[in-house]
Amino acid sequence: MSELTLARPRSPRRPAARRSNGELYSWLFMRISGVALVVLVLGHLFIMNVLDGGVHRINFGFVAGRWASPFWQFWDLAMLWLAQIHGGNGLRTVINDYARKDATRFWLKVLLYVSMVLIISLGTYVIFTFDPNITD
Amino acid sequence: MAGTTATERSGTSKGGGTLYRGDLGMWSWVAHRITGVLTFFFLFAHVLDTALVRVSPDAYDKVIETYKNPIVNLFEVGLVGAVLYHALNGIRVMLVDFWEKGPRYQRQMLWAILGLWVLVMIPGTYFMLVRTVSEMFGGH
Repeated sequence: MSELTLARPRSPRRPAARRSNGELYSWLFMRISGVALVVLVLGHLFIMNVLDGGVHRINFGFVAGRWASPFWQFWDLAMLWLAQIHGGNGLRTVINDYARKDATRFWLKVLLYVSMVLIISLGTYVIFTFDPNITD
Repeated sequence: MAGTTATERSGTSKGGGTLYRGDLGMWSWVAHRITGVLTFFFLFAHVLDTALVRVSPDAYDKVIETYKNPIVNLFEVGLVGAVLYHALNGIRVMLVDFWEKGPRYQRQMLWAILGLWVLVMIPGTYFMLVRTVSEMFGGH
């Protein structure tokens, strides 16, 4: 191997745009969470909408029966968090692409992040505090 | 449709400008965006309606009844179709990114996932709508 000879870079540091790897991790996260969501979401849709009468058999008792099992609690919790972050990151990209003014982009993202925190918190709270005997 | 590439077609828009008119790959990307955004909005509503199990069984059952309405039932088929496309095309995107031959077969893979989508949606639609349709026309 011959030695690679390159002139010493004249700029003291890398340009600002390359200092963070945030977008790389965001890109990678979309693919990793995507694989998990294919199983979690398609499984959820199949059980809830297609299997054994589909949506017509769903009521409070059905939910109580499922959340009696830690397996389905964990399934739904993982699905909630991954879908919100995956979808929220997708919407962040969409906002970045189409918002023309900085102020519009800023406020749309504030709205997006508030809705993500709200939905993740509410959903997590409901899964952890679910009470099958709520009326007693 | 089949043979033209993006570069052959760019710059041929009516105004003589250089509006990007990509090929099939562009439309698969557009559909991926639309199905993703729609699903995210539905998810917002869906977590709120499920949260009613913390209010009372009655409140939850009442809202879930709307999911069994024939029109809403039809929307559910649309939702499942949108999510299924997003999932299958997402797998295709990952194959394009990580499989060495992915970019070469991206077009064939698009036709493959569309074929798979139809194959899954035919029985899927049947099982999702069979009860609604039989109640509307069979009369229970």
